[in-house]
Amino acid sequence: MSRNFKILLLLAAIGIMLIIRRFAIGLGASTALSDGYPLGLWIALDVVVGTALACGGYAVALLVYIFNRGQYHPLVRPAILTSALGYSMAGLSVAIDLGRPWNMWKIPLYFRNWNLNSALLEVALCIMAYVCVLWIELTPAMLKPSRITRFLDRILVWIIALGMLLPTMHQSSLGSLMLLAGPKLHPLWNTPLLPLLFLITCLAMGYAMVVFESAISRRHTALLAVLQKIAVFAGIAFVALRLIDLALRSRLSIAMHLDLYGIIFWIEIVLWLMPAMIANPFRGAMCIALAGGLYRFDTFLVAFQPGPGWHYFPSVSEMFISIGLIALEIAIYIALVKRFPILGGMPAQEHSRVAQAFQPAPRHQETT
Amino acid sequence: MSTIAEQLRRSGASRRDFLTFCGKLMVAAPAGLAITSFLSPEAVAATIGRARRPSVIWLHMQDCTGCTETLLRTSQPDLATLLFDVISLDYHETVMAASGYDAEHALADAMKENDGKYILVVEGSIPTGESGTYLKIAGRNGIDMLRDVAAHSAAVVAMGSCASWGGIPSSNINPTGATGVDSIIKSKPVVNLPGCPPNPYVLLATILEFAATGKPPKLDSLGRPKFAYDRVIHDHCPRRAHFDAGRFAKEFGDSGHRSGWCLYQLGCKGPVTHAPCSTRHFNEVVDCWPIGIGSPCVGCTEKDVAFTVPIFKTADIIHPVPPNTYPPIAAEHKGISPVATGVAGIVGGALIGAGLLASRNFPSKEE
Amino acid sequence: MDIDRRSLLKTAAAAATLTIIPAAEARERRVAPSDAVGLLYDTTRCVGCKACVVACKQANEMAPDVDGYGGGLYDAPEGLNEYTKNVIALYREGEEQSFVKKQCMHCIDPACVGACMLGAMHKGAFGVVSYDAAKCVGCRYCETVCPFNVPKFEWSKKAPKIVKCELCRHRLAEGKEPACSEVCPRGAVIFGRYADLLADARERLAKNPGKYVPKIYGERELGGTQVLYLSHVPFEKLGFRFQGEEAVPHVQQSVQHGVYKGFAAPVALYALLGAVMFRNRRRGDSDE
Repeated sequence: MSRNFKILLLLAAIGIMLIIRRFAIGLGASTALSDGYPLGLWIALDVVVGTALACGGYAVALLVYIFNRGQYHPLVRPAILTSALGYSMAGLSVAIDLGRPWNMWKIPLYFRNWNLNSALLEVALCIMAYVCVLWIELTPAMLKPSRITRFLDRILVWIIALGMLLPTMHQSSLGSLMLLAGPKLHPLWNTPLLPLLFLITCLAMGYAMVVFESAISRRHTALLAVLQKIAVFAGIAFVALRLIDLALRSRLSIAMHLDLYGIIFWIEIVLWLMPAMIANPFRGAMCIALAGGLYRFDTFLVAFQPGPGWHYFPSVSEMFISIGLIALEIAIYIALVKRFPILGGMPAQEHSRVAQAFQPAPRHQETT
Repeated sequence: MSTIAEQLRRSGASRRDFLTFCGKLMVAAPAGLAITSFLSPEAVAATIGRARRPSVIWLHMQDCTGCTETLLRTSQPDLATLLFDVISLDYHETVMAASGYDAEHALADAMKENDGKYILVVEGSIPTGESGTYLKIAGRNGIDMLRDVAAHSAAVVAMGSCASWGGIPSSNINPTGATGVDSIIKSKPVVNLPGCPPNPYVLLATILEFAATGKPPKLDSLGRPKFAYDRVIHDHCPRRAHFDAGRFAKEFGDSGHRSGWCLYQLGCKGPVTHAPCSTRHFNEVVDCWPIGIGSPCVGCTEKDVAFTVPIFKTADIIHPVPPNTYPPIAAEHKGISPVATGVAGIVGGALIGAGLLASRNFPSKEE
Repeated sequence: MDIDRRSLLKTAAAAATLTIIPAAEARERRVAPSDAVGLLYDTTRCVGCKACVVACKQANEMAPDVDGYGGGLYDAPEGLNEYTKNVIALYREGEEQSFVKKQCMHCIDPACVGACMLGAMHKGAFGVVSYDAAKCVGCRYCETVCPFNVPKFEWSKKAPKIVKCELCRHRLAEGKEPACSEVCPRGAVIFGRYADLLADARERLAKNPGKYVPKIYGERELGGTQVLYLSHVPFEKLGFRFQGEEAVPHVQQSVQHGVYKGFAAPVALYALLGAVMFRNRRRGDSDE
């Protein structure tokens, strides 16, 4: 075990202990959450930003399976693994954040009580389904060939298609969540385009994360430049949409007041445009991830205005639970990629029909 | 006229009784009176003792004699001491021995002897209807008698609500045209002591202040001495805590009523009534005042309230001065922890720093 | 280059985008149910006696809040919280002063009801916005979206619920009126049928020009509320932040229903994704 891995495990252990403490002493005592800010770090960061960063699988799947860029196929598995872990950690964060988690099973099962107007219901059901889909997509990598894998193989197309449908739905619904906050959301962030903007940001951040992983694992680096371009393009589209939308609804003047909100708004815009000027794909990806993360975090926390007298900054305990969960996620990722064939692209001996169908021709395959 | 001290010595009145009386004055007028702004009854006694025993002429107009009765309900000093030692009550139709023509002579003599120096106390409202013929005393209209006696007085004290603003006789439809003293007497200082009846110590304090300093106590815009009438009952009520806590008697005899809770919901006019009753009780018995015995205040000192507003109608609160336990519209809640901010800064900085460092190892072009 | 595939891809991309761009369908403006009840609160009649605060606590069996201004001795909340469903606050600025009663507004088109996943927050009998803890997971989304910051969470408890005024629906069920309106000595807060209260408020405005700010707060604001306010000072000063007439859920639900119309769009997208994948697979090798 390397030193870094040990540090990750230590952080994860601290996080887990703090989680136990949270359940022992209650939310009020372990977090800085309040009636003014009922949603805090765990929702804004772990769930909203975290799931976007975990959209790598979605983003690459679109590229490979819909736009038929088979040369990116080796990136699919590591992206799906990151997605699976990221979404699982997000789900765990929700379970920790809920005040009455023992009722959680009622969400998928009490379908007669479903409030079909609720964007949160859509998000919850979709994410629950998507986590299952992601782990199912990983089973070919982790299980030996058997009856199960052969069955999965036959329906894999439909699972993969589901793996592209579900994020489209719930990432846009995540945007609608704050749309319901209505007048409590600052006018620079409050727009009917929120679902679309959240979808664009999750795709951009997904691609950015794929660039990250590949850069860190030093694999398939030749492909990164194009991914980087996609992310940059998404960023420019995002900025254009936002500014045009604000202008059309006569709200652009608000951004000219350089109060806290105005300044943060422009920081977001600048961060989105910077990658166009950065050659280093790693730094460019960092910028995109930061820009998207900041935008989504702002929508849920900074631009949320409960009224005078309320303040929120996450407690140390909250922060170290988030850090612990992220460290756990990274540690598991490292352990799994060492154990299972994830990073190297699909090995030739796999008889997956899907794999064969989407495998690029040998002359395009990269030698590492 | 001798000083009060000389008179007390001559009459053999007990010094202890007089000191007790001075102590009561200090309680009755804790602030705003020259004669009581001392630290001990002895000092007050000395000040009053130096004053010349004031001559007081007491006229009854359209009254019920309740204001006299309130004076009679003092025992310290007892009425005798009061009448003969502290003030010289030269004319008082209820208690004086004379009657008939002797009484008229007594009035004339008193007026001549203390011309310009006596204090005129008026009890009862003055009818002005039908040229004032609704009230005749010794063949004269009350209003004429008042004008006559007041002309030679040093000052006028309107004792009771009737003399202050018309009282019960003036309530709708006011058939006699009853009115208070100060709408008739304009040339002399008039001090109004409204109340039905007012507290006798307020009267005594006012008269003695006049005797000792030659000036009336400080008055408000309605001519009432501020030392007694500057506050509404509500602001000084012993049951105020129950009001603030929302504990109200809802019916006479219910458990709240028997627990001594606030009488606001029974129509208590304490919030709109300026009077000293809540701290200066009657008959020299503690809690002997309306609210003290569980009867809501009817606002007897106030012209706009007494005998006009129904007894059981709840009052406005004219000067809501709520206690500090009202939350503001937007309360300030827990602030931001500097420790957490610091930790976040460190973590965030470390991540970005690490990212930048790692990115340096990554060339911009393909390996 | 395969023109067919290119154009297919382009169409696919266009179709996918179209299903995502919100088609803001006009969602009908909701009206109060026919049996709607509510409260009418008049600041000119309130004397701040707080009998309503005391009565609410008793009727709802709530614990005292001594952590606020109470200094450990008195039940003096800083505002609505997990121990307090109804509170009287004071607005004072120089000579201008008013009390204001704060509790759930029982909106006609509530944000909290639109938010709640399993309908723990729902509009129940008489239009009263009610809470059912059995269906609550404690996500606090209702608290986030309420424009009046009404629902409060029991942060101090191990099995926390959401706490808010429910118009004493347990008393309504017995034919009694809410505790606060029953106990008010001045009729500053009165209970009644929504239609009657609205008429009463309009009459007061008509008969007393100059006494009130010429508006009944809740008549149209945020889609209308069943708790109405009359005031002699501007409503913003009393903490009513929002004056817009659009119901809070209107935009979000218009967007959502526009996209998810009968779930047709997701199904169509799914079919499209599957179809494209099949087509790509049949091609075998990739190009470009």
